[in-house]
Amino acid sequence: MLAMNYRGPLRVRIDDKPMPEILHPQDAIVRVTRSCICGSDLHLYNGSVPDTRVGMTFGHEFTGFVEQVGEEVQKLRVGDHVLVPFNIACGKCVFCEQELYGNCHESNPEATAVGGIFGYSHTAGGYDGGQAEYVRVPYADVGPTVIPQGMDPDDAVLLTDVVPTGYQAAEMGGIQPGDTVVVFGAGPVGIMAARCAWLFGAGRVIVIDHVDYRLEFVKNYAPCEAYNFRSLEDPVVFIKRTTGWLGADVCIDAVGAEAAGSAMQTLLGRKLLMQGGSATALHWAINSVKKGGIVSIVGVYGPIDTLVPIGNVVNKGLTLRANQASVKRLLPRLIQHVQNGVLNPKALITHRVPLEYVSDAYRIFSAKLDGCIKPVLLPPSARS
Amino acid sequence: MEQTAIDPSQVKGWGIDADVRNDPTYPIKRRNNGEHAGYSWVRPSQQPISVEILHSNERPNVSATFGTSTPPAGLSGVFRRIAFRYSESSYGHWLPLMLADRIGVMEGVLGDLVRGHVPNFFGELGWKAEWQHNRKSLMGRILFGALMIAALTGYFRGRRE
Repeated sequence: MLAMNYRGPLRVRIDDKPMPEILHPQDAIVRVTRSCICGSDLHLYNGSVPDTRVGMTFGHEFTGFVEQVGEEVQKLRVGDHVLVPFNIACGKCVFCEQELYGNCHESNPEATAVGGIFGYSHTAGGYDGGQAEYVRVPYADVGPTVIPQGMDPDDAVLLTDVVPTGYQAAEMGGIQPGDTVVVFGAGPVGIMAARCAWLFGAGRVIVIDHVDYRLEFVKNYAPCEAYNFRSLEDPVVFIKRTTGWLGADVCIDAVGAEAAGSAMQTLLGRKLLMQGGSATALHWAINSVKKGGIVSIVGVYGPIDTLVPIGNVVNKGLTLRANQASVKRLLPRLIQHVQNGVLNPKALITHRVPLEYVSDAYRIFSAKLDGCIKPVLLPPSARS
Repeated sequence: MEQTAIDPSQVKGWGIDADVRNDPTYPIKRRNNGEHAGYSWVRPSQQPISVEILHSNERPNVSATFGTSTPPAGLSGVFRRIAFRYSESSYGHWLPLMLADRIGVMEGVLGDLVRGHVPNFFGELGWKAEWQHNRKSLMGRILFGALMIAALTGYFRGRRE
């Protein structure tokens, strides 16, 4: 079968790889119909996530048809068209039982700090991902959800990560009616976080980024105020000034390890890999929020230490909230929001690329070429 | 010094200020405090361990399922095995893994060549897309690279002479 194959930082290609097999009685094999490249895939692509092995297939946002099921699978049937949450969750451990499906303890032997994630290095369990024609899906009765009749598969594939992560970013902000919410990052997750902030009653939503075409998009899509930090002398001072000099009620870091905007953070976090990423967005979030405010973090960072102004967190009395999105917990509500037309995820998709051109798709997304916001890969069988 | 378990109910004032509403995990976590019983749940059946799996020393076992992609091998595998002697809290874990990743890239190129496949670096880097959408910048970078190589070649040739 065709599958994306990681060859080293910035190098990926399409290769023939063996078909996945049922390795556990709760496994399913899924024939992929849509597979996105996620902003967090770029951390792998850039070589900044430890234990990312050459030969691995990435991809944690995908939909597909169930081709085969293990003997213990009861809820799924061969032929079901499913959307598959990016978290691999057993549904049995004490964390899954408390709906922390992103923190499962029975899906990742290599690290205890993160649950299993499809195609996201051995630090997240060593699973090959969905940027392929077929993929093995463990715990098939827990995560995969049959795509409701009438739902556009482009909407469905964004319900595997982008929508729940953006929604949970806003949810973790504890937004109260009238709150000013600042989202750092106008990538797909930041765009969705800005959109969802309104659902919690925000009074004002501001997005900060440095890519003009994305700022233009989010300004219309969310809708919100959108500013390019390169045109601001100091984004923190700007936020203070525009919020009556006290700061935002809620700040959301929707960027993570690849943040631009600080030469020192870029050097230490992105070039020298001496910290778990460039924490510029988080730094600004901590310093832009008001005293007693809340900082919500969904941007992904590596597992090693990262420089952030933790003293300001203490002195300002901030609440930090963070997690990988618990996709399964949020799906029922979010499916409803999509079906009711409250959320329109597919509008984020700007590029539909044949799986065979995966190297170009990564380059376009990574370098923000051709107005790219969200690329989706289409395997040959999904194009016929 | 030997430690003995303390019965909380015997501690003066125990629980008098407890407030279940003081829970910043809401609504993310449906709290049941199951963690208090430790690692004691009924585990899913164990996936047969058919390839070498390195597991964190912060857990007692291999998780019930795991990925079987790219097991440790070669020199990079040696460093990965060393890394897993140390906890996730230690640089002794992460630095060998990052080194192994870089070694793995070289092993990947060698492996390709051994199999008779010459990697198409330009294709893998997605330069076709750059050429299509970002030609000016790509040409600038190529020119800069060529100038650097020419300058370095000239410098070392001059020193040799």
